[in-house]
Amino acid sequence: MEVFTNLATGFAVALTATNLLYAFVGVLLGTLIGVLPGIGPVPTIAMLLPITYALPPVSALIMLAGIYYGAQYGGSTTAILVNLPGESSSVVTCIDGYQMARRGRAGTALAIAAIGSFIAGTFATMVVAAFAPPLAEVALKFGPAEYFSLMVLGLIAAVVLASGSLVKAIGMIVLGLLLGLVGTDVNSGLQRFTFGVPELSDGIGFVAIAMGVFGFAEIIVNLEHREASEVFTNKVSGLWLKWKEFRQALPAIARGTLLGSSLGILPGGGALLSAFAAYTLEKKVAKDPSQFGKGAIQGVAGPESANNAGAQTSFIPLLTLGIPPNAVMALMVGAMTIHSIQPGPQVMTSNPQLFWGLIASMWIGNLMLVVLNLPMIGIWVKLLQVPYRLLYPAILLFCCIGVYSLQNNVWDVFVTALFGLIGWIFVKLECEPAPLLLGFILGPLMEENLRRALLLSRGDPSVFVTRPLSATLLGVAALLLLIVAAPQIRRKREEAFHEA
Amino acid sequence: MALIRHPKDFWAGVLFIAFGGAACVIALDYAMGTAGRMGPGYFPRVLGLLLCGLGAILVVRSFTLRGAPIAFPTFKPILIVLASVVLFGLVVTRLGLVIATIVLVAVSSMASHEYRPRESILAAIGLAAFVVVAFRYGLNLQLPTWPTAFGG
Repeated sequence: MEVFTNLATGFAVALTATNLLYAFVGVLLGTLIGVLPGIGPVPTIAMLLPITYALPPVSALIMLAGIYYGAQYGGSTTAILVNLPGESSSVVTCIDGYQMARRGRAGTALAIAAIGSFIAGTFATMVVAAFAPPLAEVALKFGPAEYFSLMVLGLIAAVVLASGSLVKAIGMIVLGLLLGLVGTDVNSGLQRFTFGVPELSDGIGFVAIAMGVFGFAEIIVNLEHREASEVFTNKVSGLWLKWKEFRQALPAIARGTLLGSSLGILPGGGALLSAFAAYTLEKKVAKDPSQFGKGAIQGVAGPESANNAGAQTSFIPLLTLGIPPNAVMALMVGAMTIHSIQPGPQVMTSNPQLFWGLIASMWIGNLMLVVLNLPMIGIWVKLLQVPYRLLYPAILLFCCIGVYSLQNNVWDVFVTALFGLIGWIFVKLECEPAPLLLGFILGPLMEENLRRALLLSRGDPSVFVTRPLSATLLGVAALLLLIVAAPQIRRKREEAFHEA
Repeated sequence: MALIRHPKDFWAGVLFIAFGGAACVIALDYAMGTAGRMGPGYFPRVLGLLLCGLGAILVVRSFTLRGAPIAFPTFKPILIVLASVVLFGLVVTRLGLVIATIVLVAVSSMASHEYRPRESILAAIGLAAFVVVAFRYGLNLQLPTWPTAFGG
């Protein structure tokens, strides 16, 4: 099997002392920021981007990847013990995880989250190893029409994940696409939407938008609410599970892993979408759905496995197509370009050491996380006792320094503040920021591929449906849209009925 | 305001129309081109129109759908947090990282409802020391640390 020789190459790279060290640093940092509410992998990776200049490319990517999936582990700890999502993908873990903690089963919840994540991580690593090479070959056949349709599918998938109104989510995507167009147009060299500001000729900084909309806006909204959460610090005892509990959770872990692995591959997917979908699925297949929200172990096991699997397989579109499916992957593109590696299907052949080394390191990182975190939970719990009034100024500070140090330009700090304000308005209006960010990432890529596709077809838009691959992708997108739209129509009717 | 029954949707729609309309108007200056040879104005105009359309749907819908009012419990956090960040930006280039850090932490701390002045000053000084050690010397980031008069 070629996969195994490839994996052997990968492990040879990942098991060197340097790379083990960077994987360790990555997962440790990832867990730390995962535990802390209000700071996610995006600002952390952005902050560390400048220092990866000095590292060899493999080590840099191994460390940054570790931060991402490490954060998925850490986020669950906070969700279970404080009822705050340490990470956005742990939002659903709060529901049943916190209830388990309130019923004195915090240890069980933490253990099942860690074990589920590990099983999912192991499986997802295999998925990446097995599916990335054939997908990269398909990707080599992709023309601009296929790329465009794939991105449409990804954006529609992002709408599915947005919990609120469908129209608002699509609006946020379009707004993101527009923001992504700010800067110099690659084809004509024209400065678009720059208002004569030289800093805008390279576009709005992605990190500035992400930190403003996610970091700052979240801190501000947190400060508006006064109520303090109870921390179940003393009740963490018996970090192991009974066999019966494990048997209960195992099918949920399996379902979450499969769901997360497949949703992670979609552009627009990743950890957050996977976790939400897994929770919904668990609730649907459960024999007794009334247990959900009251501390059902499946409600922790499913989403926690899914978010870890999704975090890992979301590397597939990046490594095989060169399309970043989410914000973290967009930063990975940044890290790769720093080392003059062009992400895309050619990475695997031109840089096999990097490709397989990164994949092997994911499994090693997952192993480290389980070994580290089960005994170290006590330390993370201590960290959670730091009051928010001391925590948020520090987070603000690190965000500011991170944004500033990217280009040594305070312009980015001011842009971040502006997007903090915009993000806060969005929260008030219940507009989800995640689709906006995805639109922003994909905006320039989409325009480029739309232009090329229509140039090749001499302006005939039917290329998107006459090429079979492109038509399939668009068909799936249309189907997804129909599925989400249907219950909304029903709900609207109900509301109208209710008012009449 | 009995007319607008879903204020969140209404204002989100207004925002979308404003952004989409602005994009369309600005993009009028960019060459449109044809579908086969798209100019730089083509994609922005399509997106701008789409955004206006979506905004219009939201606005129209807000007259029939019912929704909760927009909640503004307090404006203190948004004002203080944003002000502290802008201050950081203004101070850091002129007076260096140490003073900017102290200003940012001391000012932003006031946004909390359990603000403790003495504690926040201590935290500011502690973080400033940490930042210098970790970022300036540990990670070797090339940032101005002290006011330039003291020799940068």
